[in-house]
Amino acid sequence: MTVFKYGDNVDTDVIIPARYLQIADIKELAKHCMEDIDGSFVKNVKSGDVIVGGRNFGSGSSREHAPLVIKENGVACVIAQSFARIFYRNCLNVGLPVLECKQAAKEINGGDEVEIDFEKGIIKNITTGKEYEAEKFPEFIKRLIEAGGLLEYTKEMVKCTK
Amino acid sequence: MMTMTQKILAHYSKRDKVNVGEILSCDVSLTLANDVTAPLAIDVFRKTGVKDVFDKERVALVPDHFVPNKDIASAMQVKKMRDFAKEYELPNFFEVGCMGVEHAIIPEKGLAVPGDLIIGADSHTCTYGALGAFSTGVGSTDLGCAMATGKCWFKVPPTIRFNLRGRLNPGVTGKDVILYIIGKIGVDGAAYAAMEFGGDGVKTLSMDDRFTIANMAVEAGAKNGIFEVDDVAMSYARYHSKREPKVFTPDENAEYLAVIDIDLENVPITVAYPHLPSNARTIEQAKKDHIEIDQVVIGSCTNGRLSDMGIAAKVLRGRHVAKGVRCIVIPATQQVYKDCIKLGYTDIFIDAGCAVSTPTCGPCLGGHMGILAEGERAVATTNRNFVGRMGHPKSEVYLASPGVAAMSAVAGYITDEIKEDK
Repeated sequence: MTVFKYGDNVDTDVIIPARYLQIADIKELAKHCMEDIDGSFVKNVKSGDVIVGGRNFGSGSSREHAPLVIKENGVACVIAQSFARIFYRNCLNVGLPVLECKQAAKEINGGDEVEIDFEKGIIKNITTGKEYEAEKFPEFIKRLIEAGGLLEYTKEMVKCTK
Repeated sequence: MMTMTQKILAHYSKRDKVNVGEILSCDVSLTLANDVTAPLAIDVFRKTGVKDVFDKERVALVPDHFVPNKDIASAMQVKKMRDFAKEYELPNFFEVGCMGVEHAIIPEKGLAVPGDLIIGADSHTCTYGALGAFSTGVGSTDLGCAMATGKCWFKVPPTIRFNLRGRLNPGVTGKDVILYIIGKIGVDGAAYAAMEFGGDGVKTLSMDDRFTIANMAVEAGAKNGIFEVDDVAMSYARYHSKREPKVFTPDENAEYLAVIDIDLENVPITVAYPHLPSNARTIEQAKKDHIEIDQVVIGSCTNGRLSDMGIAAKVLRGRHVAKGVRCIVIPATQQVYKDCIKLGYTDIFIDAGCAVSTPTCGPCLGGHMGILAEGERAVATTNRNFVGRMGHPKSEVYLASPGVAAMSAVAGYITDEIKEDK
């Protein structure tokens, strides 16, 4: 898992510029992920790689296309010091793992190799040997994730009320 | 002891009291989506397996981002919305010709009143907090599920209280207030929190000023912005809607994450430099920097209402846009457009050399109707100045009020004064 490192306030307009949002095909859309701040991201990213951001990752628009194109590019997880709230909700909803961890986000460098234990929320930087523990999810969010996301959770709810 | 936001969340989760950090399932008063987010939400809605939307009257769909459709792909997106609205007989689908930029048309059509709980698949859904509603942006999955169930989950946010005092100086607007605040607290200064606006100064602010302020709460990372309800908000709601408003007031000893006093007299005319809304500078600084511009955009869900058009018209009356500058004026709804014609603003704009457009989000998000080329610079009354927001990644957007935008259009550089030719 190789790290792609970015700074603070990576907004949804750079994750996926609005000028492409009329593209309905997610594979086509995903080709433009990050292009305004990192033109080589799509070319270099491999399945299982990790994005590490600073504060307020995913700020801006409510477009769910943002976590979708990151996921489509094979990114296994986004680690940040903090996330913007709509982006965070959207990640949970589309099944893109996100971990909030101030120290990891500060100390991990671009190009580092990391390993993540999602069960325990442990981030291991193989390059430096350092280990970090990410913020825990609240109980309700854990149940949402276990149910397979909000859609699956809602399907169950709808069935139960029928 | 609860804040306004806590009280509304308690009401819609049928609880007497809710605490900060609790996660609740709430009934929603209205769901809203646009042509970018609705197609995904419709897919999600269909997958839930329900036969119908939770309430036909309370599912609003507003195609506004890429309309009138700029290309085949965007036409397909709106067609998907239109077909869905037809299939489910939704009365609140706003077709081109009857539409407006969503956060301008929803209150105008009386679909947002004080005390509502509104979610929209658009980050600027926080606009309706101006009326004392809890309203917040969500993604398409949240929205699609809520269209099916009428419910959404929320974590009760902490609240930052803003006590507004006094009144604004002439020429200073709601836009300056919110840019000034974001400049002070930063783009994540209110992350995950509610921004509650109260105090004596509120009554001096017009409804349009309040919409502008609440609209940009998300630019400080907030979950919602909310104003205490007064006669101004009540008369707006009663004029635009037949629905009965519900007034929630914060308890006197409500707990706040922080309390910030804002003396409105001290708010300067403010411009946000690229590439963050928090890069606030005073107009005095901007004038010293002598920032020449290529384009001006006056419109959007932030500043496309009638009073914004009025401010711009007052500046542009009998004047002309500077040579080499394009000025694009976009009234936010058909009603605003009509009022601009009736009041003579449209004549003023066209005589001044402006392009006047039918309602659209268009250039605000770099969609169409005014995209910037490499190296170009714009002053816009919109809400975001991120990299590439209005076009080329090497273009720049400066955020300002309609008055500053209009005066800059005449001067050719960012200013708040008019130097008449001798």
